[in-house]
Amino acid sequence: MIRIALRMLTGDTAKYVGLVCGVAFAVMLMAQQASIFVGLMLRTAAQVIDVVDADLWVMDPRVIYVEEIEPLPESALWRVRGVAGVDWATPFFKGLTVARAPDGRLQQVFVLGVDDASLAGGPPVMLQGSVEDLRRPGAIVIDRVGALFIWPGEEPAPGKVLEMADRRATVVGIAEASAPFTTFPVIYTRYAEALRFAPPPRKPLSYILVRAQAGEDIDALAERISAETGLLALRWQDFAWRTIRYYLTRTGIPINFGITVALGFIVGAAVVGQTFMIFVLENLRQFGALKAMGVSNGTLLRMVLAQAGAVAAIGYGLGIGLAAVFFEVTGRFNVDLRGFFLPWWVAAIVAFAVVLIILVASVFSIRKALTLDPAVVFK
Amino acid sequence: MSAVVTARGVAKDFPSGDGTIRVLHGIDLSVRSGEMLLLVGPSGCGKTTLISILAGILSATEGAIEVLGQDVRHLKPPAAARFRRETVGFIFQQYNLLPSLTAAENAAIPLVIRGERLDRAARKARVVLDGLGMGAHADKLPKHLSGGQMQRVAIARALVHDPPFIVCDEPTAALDAASGHEAMRQLRESAVRPGRAVVVVTHDPRVYGFADRIARMEDGRIVELAEDAAAIRRMTEH
Repeated sequence: MIRIALRMLTGDTAKYVGLVCGVAFAVMLMAQQASIFVGLMLRTAAQVIDVVDADLWVMDPRVIYVEEIEPLPESALWRVRGVAGVDWATPFFKGLTVARAPDGRLQQVFVLGVDDASLAGGPPVMLQGSVEDLRRPGAIVIDRVGALFIWPGEEPAPGKVLEMADRRATVVGIAEASAPFTTFPVIYTRYAEALRFAPPPRKPLSYILVRAQAGEDIDALAERISAETGLLALRWQDFAWRTIRYYLTRTGIPINFGITVALGFIVGAAVVGQTFMIFVLENLRQFGALKAMGVSNGTLLRMVLAQAGAVAAIGYGLGIGLAAVFFEVTGRFNVDLRGFFLPWWVAAIVAFAVVLIILVASVFSIRKALTLDPAVVFK
Repeated sequence: MSAVVTARGVAKDFPSGDGTIRVLHGIDLSVRSGEMLLLVGPSGCGKTTLISILAGILSATEGAIEVLGQDVRHLKPPAAARFRRETVGFIFQQYNLLPSLTAAENAAIPLVIRGERLDRAARKARVVLDGLGMGAHADKLPKHLSGGQMQRVAIARALVHDPPFIVCDEPTAALDAASGHEAMRQLRESAVRPGRAVVVVTHDPRVYGFADRIARMEDGRIVELAEDAAAIRRMTEH
């Protein structure tokens, strides 16, 4: 009977296509908007996520997200280095400045200053050149997309020069960095050079990056640093979440995206629910005939659920496929949208939402079919 | 001839406002093996209610109904569904064919309901359709069939699982005179056989000649039973 149910479903092409498109539209809207929201939130913590060689970030306890820097005195670095269990602790500078290209183009950039000696906190992935080249005077590494912003139409390559704070900087390498929330280019340089390119206020030290000794309990070390120095020590995951939480609670971004995702769900449920209800109502006489011929309520329930399940599965496949294609295409051809992707767990949550939509859509139809009097066929 | 269907003192009430309204009053009727019985009468006289009760679709308020010795009146819904699945063949006035299935697949539905695979059941249904002269149309969708052809598919659907009891509701109502006559002829030839009872609800006097017996109903009662050719002829002329 399931085959017959599916044939009933696909027999009315217009309604079948309408149902599948309704689900696909809802899925695409929910998956795409939710993924962009996730991508944007990850961007807010991009520079925390990109530092791969430190276990802990140490900062002023008043810092609530990565952009709101409360500079530390350089003495803080020595206090942290004195805590038992710290393998190494290095300064990390984060600042904003304006870069001037040779053609006069101006571009605001992030300047990240990494430890002069160890270069800890450097770019996560080098595309051209070597991190070691940062040791040269005035050397910078710029992220690939940032280079495209500063030198549009030119292939990113070492050897280009620009000015920051009236100082000449030479590109020695091209890196792949996570897109920042503001999409400014990201420039890596040594700590000492960073202080010249982006002159800091009185206290220069933005953060301290810490690596724990082998076998050290990182949470215990963080507590120890906090207790002994009065500073806040966070795992990078906790700092990233702290930053994301700031944007979640202090901006309208989640509300805007939440409304769109909710609309996708509501519109999807309404369109699919109404169309499915009409589909079942129009087939009520057929269901009545089947019931008269001896189809049990259990079989009827399975038939309606099979129809709903088929619509959900095909609509979900199409919608999630379209969302994936969207990210694949935009990520490849639009550098502004790089880094946005469809996380597997967003796809899973959307699948759950589709099941809900279909259940909501089916529940009235199922009730109609189950309470149907088979004598309707004689009327 | 033994009775396939026996109804004794069957009454049926339907809710109406705060109370109930009685639409069948103590019906006594038997349908014998190998006979075609026509239930005739004006609209609203209770014909359709009576066949719904005989077929296990509605339950009677009072009385006893037996089909092949099985008490039908007290069946619970799942058992009633099983009874209809195994014992009854249906022919509906509006055919009720599924528009997305071919003629053969439509005719195969009772076998599928009984658990057969659709393709295998459709092969069996083709044999029945062949017997009704519909072999050439077995792969057509209902929208490509005429009214008479759809009725023949409906007849094949009622016969495909070889039920001992067939109920037909106004089988000629949606057909012109020639097609209606042809449909009744084929129903008579293919459905009526020893071991099976056929009850046809109609108010088309042109088909009375196909009946073995005719029960005329009025106001929920059987008021006349024509049991021989002469009586049937008189009823037709009347």
